[in-house]
Amino acid sequence: MAAQTRPNRILRNLNSKIAAIPMVLTALVVFLGGTLWTVLYSFTDSKLLPRERFVGFDQYERLWTNSRWLISIENLMVFGFFSLIFTLVIGFLLAVAMDQKIRYEDTFRTIMLYPFALSFVVTGLVWQWILNPQFGVQSIIRGLGWTSFTFDPLNNQDIVIYGLLIAGLWQGTGFVMCLMLAGLRGIDEDIWKAAKVDGIPTWKTYYKIIIPMMRPVFITTLVIIASGIIRLYDLVVAQTSGGPGNASQVPAMYVYDYMFQAQNLGQGFAASTMMLLSVLVVLIPWAYLEFGSKKHG
Amino acid sequence: MQHSISVKDLTLKFGTAAVLKNLNIDVAEGEFVVLLGPSGCGKSTLLNCLAGLLDITDGQIWIKGKNVTWAEPSERGIGMVFQSYALYPQMTVRGNLSFGLKNAKVPKPEIDKRVARAAEILQIEPLLDRKPGALSGGQRQRVAIGRALVRDVDVFLFDEPLSNLDAKLRSELRVEIKRLHSRLNNTMVYVTHDQIEALTLADRIAVMRGGIIQQLDAPQTIYNRPLNLFVAGFIGSPSMNFLHGSTVENGRYFQFSDTKIDLVDYEGGAVMERHKAILGLRPEHLTIHHQAEPGHTIPAVVEIDEPMGADSLIWLVANGVQMSVRVPVEHRLRPGTEVHLKVDIAKASIFDTGTEQRV
Amino acid sequence: MADATLAGNTARSDAMAGPRGAKPRRILSGRNIMIYGTLIVFSLYYLLPLWVMVMTSLKGMPEVRLGNIFAPPVEITFQPWVKAWAEACTGLNCDGLSRGFWNSVRILIPSVILSIAVASVNGYALTFWKFKGADTFFTILIFGAFIPYQIMLYPIVILLREMGLYGTLWGLVLVHTVFGMPILTLLFRNYFSTIPEELFKAARVDGAGFWSIYARILMPMSLPIFVVAIILQVTGIWNDFLFGVVYTKPDLYPMTVQLNNIVNSVQGVKEYNVNMAATLLTGLVPLIIYFVSGKLFVRGIAAGAVKG
Repeated sequence: MAAQTRPNRILRNLNSKIAAIPMVLTALVVFLGGTLWTVLYSFTDSKLLPRERFVGFDQYERLWTNSRWLISIENLMVFGFFSLIFTLVIGFLLAVAMDQKIRYEDTFRTIMLYPFALSFVVTGLVWQWILNPQFGVQSIIRGLGWTSFTFDPLNNQDIVIYGLLIAGLWQGTGFVMCLMLAGLRGIDEDIWKAAKVDGIPTWKTYYKIIIPMMRPVFITTLVIIASGIIRLYDLVVAQTSGGPGNASQVPAMYVYDYMFQAQNLGQGFAASTMMLLSVLVVLIPWAYLEFGSKKHG
Repeated sequence: MQHSISVKDLTLKFGTAAVLKNLNIDVAEGEFVVLLGPSGCGKSTLLNCLAGLLDITDGQIWIKGKNVTWAEPSERGIGMVFQSYALYPQMTVRGNLSFGLKNAKVPKPEIDKRVARAAEILQIEPLLDRKPGALSGGQRQRVAIGRALVRDVDVFLFDEPLSNLDAKLRSELRVEIKRLHSRLNNTMVYVTHDQIEALTLADRIAVMRGGIIQQLDAPQTIYNRPLNLFVAGFIGSPSMNFLHGSTVENGRYFQFSDTKIDLVDYEGGAVMERHKAILGLRPEHLTIHHQAEPGHTIPAVVEIDEPMGADSLIWLVANGVQMSVRVPVEHRLRPGTEVHLKVDIAKASIFDTGTEQRV
Repeated sequence: MADATLAGNTARSDAMAGPRGAKPRRILSGRNIMIYGTLIVFSLYYLLPLWVMVMTSLKGMPEVRLGNIFAPPVEITFQPWVKAWAEACTGLNCDGLSRGFWNSVRILIPSVILSIAVASVNGYALTFWKFKGADTFFTILIFGAFIPYQIMLYPIVILLREMGLYGTLWGLVLVHTVFGMPILTLLFRNYFSTIPEELFKAARVDGAGFWSIYARILMPMSLPIFVVAIILQVTGIWNDFLFGVVYTKPDLYPMTVQLNNIVNSVQGVKEYNVNMAATLLTGLVPLIIYFVSGKLFVRGIAAGAVKG
């Protein structure tokens, strides 16, 4: 029998490796490489073009003393906090309602989910219109008789973020409802039967049995919502343009404006690095929970 | 005499399709009734109706003299054990056992007493502080039974509790359930598709098909005197041999091709002359002989010999029909051998071809 | 020892008292009111904006100024729609949204095709042709789906500039392909892992190689998941704003960017009806896909689960 040389390790499965080149390039060059590059250059004083003059934490000092940035962070936290809570609560309640073997389930789901199919720009613009003080909700309620009724969030620095919240919830809750409903439907029907035989009332079954069983779904949904919140951009641009003044600024806007309009790349890099850090703070514990324990188990 | 469970004219329709049709059953106190049948026959559905988990369309359900047709499951005096165990995953075993009682505001000392008793009976005391995830399948099933036990009820409902277990565990737990029954003497209604479970556990078996009870009798009765073709073919493994022919000469003989079988000793008494009938013979009620005995034997040719440890199953062809006969394993037979099968007519069953009923 | 009659014991005629048959259920029970009530109230919340958009876009400006945004038009006019499509001004030119629409289409088609082609091959390779390190690359890919795009914005600008693609159609297509990869690869990988390995093995025994198995066996079997991927990508890419505004030049702006310009950067008199018509026009494509695809859409987002 003729001796056969072992194929070179690299040549093994060559087609697959070639086919995976885009993925490898993307992962390494764009995702990993791009991220590292930005973080690195956040320590420079790049202005219009990237410059290799390293200035330590200068950009970050400037960032954290910039009132516009501080407002962005505050807005994001407020929006994020309420968005998370309300989206989860509303999404879950609607899912519970949908889980009750109701009629017209498809109709209700279609109605609840269509906002998710729209662009954030569309969402922002239509809610801008609805919240318009002259023609929108405020004027209608006034027209009904409550002449001193005020509801003009988009022109009020203190509550503009809630105007954004209403729009954000409108778009996102239907989607979370779908995720929750899928989770609810994944629960063994026999658990419900056992609880009924035990005489546990429906609300208690949800509270003490079902919700704890849905912990993984809640956590995954939370991570998904959180990563979406950080990226908040289109909605704000469309609905309020960051206003009134700087009152509804968000970090993503800060990054874009400084990177592409104020010719201050360094600030843009620093700001996006901060955004990255805040996501990692959520992401890394979750990844460890989901995958790490399995590897070491 | 008050029955433990009484089902009257129970009908269940989903839309226009009737899933359970006019069922009537009476279960005596302490009786172990098995609902047996193929998938879709309605046995689980019937159990769920008894439990109150499904609303019925017509009829009544009585448990211990109380009309519970509209009562909630927890008010019917029943405990239930599910195929998938349905244990609450984030509670300990103790939590699982006591959850329903806590909800019913049973005082704590009483709860502890009942949990301890159930744990002792089912031998799960060392498991009380573990969570279901840390238990084996057999242990989980015991906890599931325990959950029904602590409810201090007289009626236990089992919905295919052993189907998720492997064969060895299944036979172990089967024995345990039987032991449990003899110790507690509760009324038990048990759903399964496994004949062995039915035959070994039941005081009476209800064989179901298409939403109707085909026969409700003691296991041996069902085995020896099946009331119709379906029951005859369903019970018994390998299944009964069926020979299609007719009764002739005023019912004196059963004719099947050229063979005539004398029906004088048939247990069903005198058989009238019918045209088409089916003779049912279990593999163990046939013996292999090498000499013909007119009126008592069927000529056949050996096809295959399947030795199975203690017995052998011999497959033969008789007048174009495949038959099986059980013999001691020492009786080896070569394929192609011509033999004569002696019929034990006293143990046979005859069915009318049209109605499929026993005659 | 009960009689073995087929119907069991006959029913006793005396003890027939009490409830029988189906339990009466009131339609208007407290529980039903709560459930349907909640659903209906929220449905109004969801439907309101659509109603308002449509109504406003069909009114003439005098009627709009009269006030009530919830009231249907007294006189229906399609003029706002015509204006939005053909005449609205974005500051640069006044030929309406149609320009943005066609830009979006031109961006959409190659992006969808390329991103799905690449990701499906990725998913395929990851499922059946794993090589050392493949899973590591995949994990990095997935992480990329969660981290904010902002961190990668500028390096991509540099890359595109080096390739001469910055500000061009193909540059944007490339960007969409790159950022669509994580979710789509996950989608395809999960789908392909439900295909029995025996099928794959049989094909290899028959002599088929990497590409022929993909093209001749896997792809024909995967129509449903391709449809889901298409729905996901069409929706995501059509609705994109950030990449559209960063990586293109004004004459290539997709519809979403143009829409924002029309509505938000107009000085002087705001033509709300035209704005609403423009908004509706922009949302029309994904909405139509949504209503047509129904359950598939739900499947897509449940699998995709990260938007924008």
